Amino acid sequence: MSAARPEHDGRGVNWREKLRPSPEMRRVLLIWLVLSVIATPLVVVVLGPHLPPGAASDVAHGQQQDNTVMTAIVTPIIIALLVYFIYVLVTFRRRPGDTADGRPIRGDVSVMGAWIGVTLVIVIFLAAWGAYELFPGETGAGGGQGPTPLALATPADASSALPVQVIGQQWAWTFRYPTYGGVETTELVLPVNRQVRFTVTSIDVIHSFWADKLGVKADAVPNTSNVAFAKPVKLESSTIRCAELCGLWHGHMYAPLHVVSSARFSAWIAEERKRSAPIQHYLPPYASKYAPEPTYRAE
Amino acid sequence: MNAVAATPPAVQQPWWRQLGPYNMFTGIVLGIGGYLLGALVIGATLSKGIEAQIGTDQNDMELVLGMLFGLLGFLIGMGFLNYPFARLRGFAPSLREKEEHGIWRYFTLCTDHKVVGIQYLWGVLFFFLIAGLNAMFIRTELLYPTEHFWSADRYINLVGLHGTMMMMMTTSLVLGPFGNYFLPIMIGSRRMAFPRLEALSFWLLPAAEVILLASVGARGFPTGWTGYADLSVQAKLGMDCYLLSFALIGVSMALVGFNMLATVYTMRAPGMSWGRLPIFVWGVIATAILQLLAAPVLVASMALVLMDRVVGTTFFMPFNGGSPYLYENLFWFFGHPEVYILALPGFGIVLEVISVFARKPVWGYRLAVAGLMGVAFLSFFVWQHHLFVSGINPDLRPFYMLTTELISIPTALVFLNAMGTLWRGKITYTVPMLFALAFFFNFFIGGASGIFNSDAPSDVTLHGSFFTMAHFHYTIMGGLVFAFFAGLYYWFPKMFGIHLNELLGKIQFWLFFVFFNLTFFPLFAVGMLGQPRRVSTYDPTLQTLNDWVTACAYVLGFSFLVFVINVIYSCFFERRVAERNPWGARSLEWQLATPIPVYNFDKVPVITATPYEYGVPNAPAVANLNPTREQVVAAGG
Repeated sequence: MSAARPEHDGRGVNWREKLRPSPEMRRVLLIWLVLSVIATPLVVVVLGPHLPPGAASDVAHGQQQDNTVMTAIVTPIIIALLVYFIYVLVTFRRRPGDTADGRPIRGDVSVMGAWIGVTLVIVIFLAAWGAYELFPGETGAGGGQGPTPLALATPADASSALPVQVIGQQWAWTFRYPTYGGVETTELVLPVNRQVRFTVTSIDVIHSFWADKLGVKADAVPNTSNVAFAKPVKLESSTIRCAELCGLWHGHMYAPLHVVSSARFSAWIAEERKRSAPIQHYLPPYASKYAPEPTYRAE
Repeated sequence: MNAVAATPPAVQQPWWRQLGPYNMFTGIVLGIGGYLLGALVIGATLSKGIEAQIGTDQNDMELVLGMLFGLLGFLIGMGFLNYPFARLRGFAPSLREKEEHGIWRYFTLCTDHKVVGIQYLWGVLFFFLIAGLNAMFIRTELLYPTEHFWSADRYINLVGLHGTMMMMMTTSLVLGPFGNYFLPIMIGSRRMAFPRLEALSFWLLPAAEVILLASVGARGFPTGWTGYADLSVQAKLGMDCYLLSFALIGVSMALVGFNMLATVYTMRAPGMSWGRLPIFVWGVIATAILQLLAAPVLVASMALVLMDRVVGTTFFMPFNGGSPYLYENLFWFFGHPEVYILALPGFGIVLEVISVFARKPVWGYRLAVAGLMGVAFLSFFVWQHHLFVSGINPDLRPFYMLTTELISIPTALVFLNAMGTLWRGKITYTVPMLFALAFFFNFFIGGASGIFNSDAPSDVTLHGSFFTMAHFHYTIMGGLVFAFFAGLYYWFPKMFGIHLNELLGKIQFWLFFVFFNLTFFPLFAVGMLGQPRRVSTYDPTLQTLNDWVTACAYVLGFSFLVFVINVIYSCFFERRVAERNPWGARSLEWQLATPIPVYNFDKVPVITATPYEYGVPNAPAVANLNPTREQVVAAGG
């Protein structure tokens, strides 16, 4: 307040003086540094392996690593804001009897520049990292990519993948194995360690095929074949759910998912074919997508 | 009948004007009449011969025409057509209507922006209460992993009503009450640029909400607030109510945006340069631009779905060339700017409040404006991040990932401003300040979780799960609603001349803040563990978490009750009358008497400084409220 020249006069700034942090700021930075150095590795090591969607498939594992990297980036940022705010709110609170205003400190170009620079670097890194994770086809291939997935985002062994058609309807899932005579089942059984190519479609409204343990989610859109890939690597059972509101019984649209050994899969699919042989003849012909005729409202 | 005495005696009203007073009740009567005419006469006639609709209880034509004619009747009954018809018949223009009618002006078409602001305040709070109760009902159902309290269709209707009502209500949660009330005052104006459009933008809100609530009687709608086609085309009659009411809100939003922009552009007092506008006004400007550009897309998409449903077009049906993707694109092209329509005015409020209670100027005024405008600009380029797994052009995913993450840069500028403003401040922990500070905590968690959502590989798990639901509740409820309460506790003394009780306010704040976080933070985990949104059943292993969330949600709901108690106690029992400027704030609205006179300013004020000169030695007052003619001319008036 005693300064002859107002604080916000930007001319004639002594940059070396400006860039030197004040004792308070130095304290904030020190606390931040100590806490971040402790917390960030802790988050990666302790929390990382528990982050979704687990490691039951190659894409799930990739997504888990992706989540771990992002959590590791976010942790020091959270700590920075918390430390700053708590420090400031405690230190600069109004003391009893003090009625003066604060010193009118205004925008400091060096701080602004540093702030924009740091956020820009973080953002560019996150976007580049996300794009990189999308492309090798081990992480991003679990998301629905439409009928023509990018070659870059397709797994290397996609050509030998087991094709499975996922058909959503109100309010059930049907799974069709085109390479096994188009047999239809109501539970999804997959052989372990084999690339699977899901082509997801719907015969009425938009659903979303979510095999959360496999790291697969693809919207089931009528008249569209939405492709996603995953290679299950763990023998386990889980539940498939619908992740897009599809009407009355949306909450009940489950299907079981079993990842089994190759031998058990062969036995199971042979059994299914035998069981459905009598009705196979009556099933509609296999198509990669279905365009429903208009359905007027019931009742 | 003071009102009659106040009007000039020379004006003889035509006989038909004397039949009705043109208020809410004539509006309701004509609205019901319009509905009956539209539904039972016109709709029933037109729908004859349409096989899909006759002989069922699913006659969309009747319902839609009934609602449209009902709306028309309501607006006529409110008196919205009087002015245009009077002008057509050659009467002189009259600018103002029903501004001195005592309590009744709150139930009429009133062109006083302060009346509209208060109409908006109670209007949105009422619907906030209903939508909040719906949230309690939803959480009650989620106490158990299977249906216990509501049947599946009740539950899905509750979800849709809660979401839609909240989304409609929050678009005007800040702009409605505070934008209308304080924006003209803050820029030194006596009114909005288009006072009748202002009144119309409010009265469309209750009309829309009544139509939306009517969906309960028409068997509800199963689509949630997003209304995805072609589920919406297939849904029962209640869907029409959703479409009509959302379209009306879209019209209202576009009108508000248009009006706010025109007001700021044309009605600033002499000396109120762009660089002296309060940050809140900049927040309103950024929001208004979004509303003006995004809301018409909503109205158009709602109209197209109505066409699909009522007259059998196939814009969004997957046969005959239609596509559900078209709806998703249209909806989110509106829908993403919409979430910033919710967030941006909140940014304005909290920066305003923090500057006042840290007793320091906003740290980087231009930077804050750049941040607000940057968010507004970028929000038009991100909408497909809602569709990462929909299969809609997967090659564009990196682009939308980048644009989405870029928004964090202008948002971070707003944070930097708050941080810079607090640095070396003299912080007083009043109730509005607590809410403003909590805003930053909550919005930061919302933003940080948004990083996970914005990342396409990570979004595979998070999309459509409770994680996403927690994310946007952190930004909208933790952000906007906290900013709203900051603004309400801050401006309540000016709006009503009464202080809200500080202790009850603090109790509400701490209950709200603590239980908001206890409610929504676990939902991140619930979503990551595989629970989709909008389901009434879930994996039994998640029951403990869900029960915890429900219990905390009840306390969260109770905290709003504390607010209601506070308003009643403060207004009717304590009655601590507010002085002119209880917070010692510099901005223009606090320099006026409480209650603010109908014409705001006796003379056109001359603005002489920014409202943020706290701590500046010998800073001039923000405005000269009694300028001489020479001073006005010198300021460019």
